[in-house]
Amino acid sequence: MALPELKQTTTEARLASLSMNESGCLAAARRAALSRVQTMGLPDRRDEYWKYTRPDTLTSAEAPKAAVLDSDEAPMFDQFDRLKIVFVDGVFDAAASDDLTLEGVSIERLADIEGKDIHWAKEIFGVLEARGQSPVERPLAALNTAFAADGVVIHVTGKPSKPINLVYRHESDSSDAMLHHVIKVESGAEATVLENGPAASRFNTAMEIDVADTGTLHLVRAQGRDHERRAATHMFARLGRESVFKSFTLTVNGVLTRNEAIVEFLGDDAVAHIAGACVGDGDFHHDDTVFITHDAVNCESRQVFKKVLRNGAIGVFQGKILVKAGAQKTDGYQISQSLLLDDDSQFLAKPELEIYADDVACSHGSTSGAIDEEGLFYLRSRGVPEAEATDLMTLAFLAEAVEEIDSPDIAVSINDRLYGWLARRS
Amino acid sequence: MLEIKNLHVKLEEEDKQILKGVNLTVEAGKVHAIMGPNGSGKSTLSYVLSGKDGYEVTEGSASLLGEELLELEPEERAALGVFLAFQYPVEIPGVGNMTFLRTAVNAQRKARGEEELSASDFLKHVREKAKELKIDAEMLKRPVNVGFSGGEKKRNEILQMAMLEPKMCILDETDSGLDVDAMKLVADGVNALRDEGRGFLVITHYQRLLDHIKPDVVHIMADGRIIKTGGPELALEVENNGYADILAEVA
Repeated sequence: MALPELKQTTTEARLASLSMNESGCLAAARRAALSRVQTMGLPDRRDEYWKYTRPDTLTSAEAPKAAVLDSDEAPMFDQFDRLKIVFVDGVFDAAASDDLTLEGVSIERLADIEGKDIHWAKEIFGVLEARGQSPVERPLAALNTAFAADGVVIHVTGKPSKPINLVYRHESDSSDAMLHHVIKVESGAEATVLENGPAASRFNTAMEIDVADTGTLHLVRAQGRDHERRAATHMFARLGRESVFKSFTLTVNGVLTRNEAIVEFLGDDAVAHIAGACVGDGDFHHDDTVFITHDAVNCESRQVFKKVLRNGAIGVFQGKILVKAGAQKTDGYQISQSLLLDDDSQFLAKPELEIYADDVACSHGSTSGAIDEEGLFYLRSRGVPEAEATDLMTLAFLAEAVEEIDSPDIAVSINDRLYGWLARRS
Repeated sequence: MLEIKNLHVKLEEEDKQILKGVNLTVEAGKVHAIMGPNGSGKSTLSYVLSGKDGYEVTEGSASLLGEELLELEPEERAALGVFLAFQYPVEIPGVGNMTFLRTAVNAQRKARGEEELSASDFLKHVREKAKELKIDAEMLKRPVNVGFSGGEKKRNEILQMAMLEPKMCILDETDSGLDVDAMKLVADGVNALRDEGRGFLVITHYQRLLDHIKPDVVHIMADGRIIKTGGPELALEVENNGYADILAEVA
């Protein structure tokens, strides 16, 4: 079926601005992804899945400019030892990165494996993304598979002693980057992966995660404070039996962020927690779109999303739990909440449950509210000034999401960023 | 210490006069009790003194140690030395009790131009006070008042009072929801704070709290005014005969 004219034009214009790596072992996957993009077309405002977030600036041939943030705040995660892999405007920077050797894990650049034939990576690259295209289309993810030139392939075979940190630096106000990462966690292995910084003025990142039976992956992302940048991210996770996947994403500022998380339970007794906290001001627009598919017995999924919005900021949450027939004993939980610091801000939430098994416990809730006046007065009556009391209440609101992070060190780093945002109040 | 003159207050939302000319002076070192039937304006008085929104002062004044209170923000009143022990202490999920206490103590010290307490001094101090009130370490770690029993909430109020060392303590029905043992514990906490430089205003329905916290002066409040003032024997009179006699006598 032919695409609507506008979609066709937009898609062609975008594709014309990109060039694909046609050689190497991933070429077939890239060509298949390109054909998916051509069939689906890039998203536009008429698409139901993009009802609350306008994708125009994510699909335009050229990226809108975004000023580079000048800040004297300490870099994220600086308080503890980690293996840094640095990308500047979407390009790997070997000189700024640490040596990629670490016991229990092998890390390679995506560009480097194209020349080799790494079997396991081929079984994930573009494969999880393609699976994630149904029942809802995610054309920006397919675009990423087809064109992302850089990224890393992380193979976790043991328990590396420190987190692996993907550090993104934004240095050019007109950069437009696509990064594609593949992570495989083997049976019994466990790792923590961190991401921080804005990858470019506009970035499209995709991460395909395969956690084998009894494997564990912790993923904590902080998306950088550069306000004018735009981002579309996709995280595809496939979980085996008794595996654990926990992710937390912090978004501070950003005129446009769309974070999609697509999680599929394929083995029994697995756990996935997907959490996020965002704080934004003015023309901040933040969209969390989550799709969790339970296709195994006795798995637990938990979604916790908190948004603090002020001066007209907009928050969006679209979260779905799909429980397939046979996925008995599923425990699904979903909460999305916003704290609106004024009357101009908006929170748009679309929680969905679709259940085909009869022995499951699924719950979801969504709330929007102002700061609790009773609590505020209580704090002030004890001598805490109004601004400080508001900050305390705001951090308290976000705490349920931040508590999803298991590592205290990482949680401290995240809270420091939140304090920083609060301290910069206008 | 606390001087309230001809205080008239109405609710902001509706045109309803609650306080209709309250006159009251609490001297340093004294404990004053206010008793009165439901709806007489006792709790409103405590909220107006501590600066809660929703009330409009239409006439009169209130001052602490010569400083006008009614124009000040709640936190400024707290720094001057006003403390309200809430009838219903508020639960604040996500804020640790300890963080809350330290923030409050240091905010007040800062407002008064004093140095902030170091983490170790604070901890030492809070542990000592908590022990006296039988508040365990677990309660200090939990979010403010969340999951606390009625008695724990009231003890937590007294702990805050002990840490903040206010000049003027207002206790709003601190005995409500307490069993005899818990009331004794709370009263001991209050009595430990009785001091030459500190005034107390104890609001209660019942005489029994006043068995434990012995007042110097007892006021009876009805329909937004103080209608009778006397010594501790006035509380006993209320206990024995109810308010009807006093109300009839005044009317």
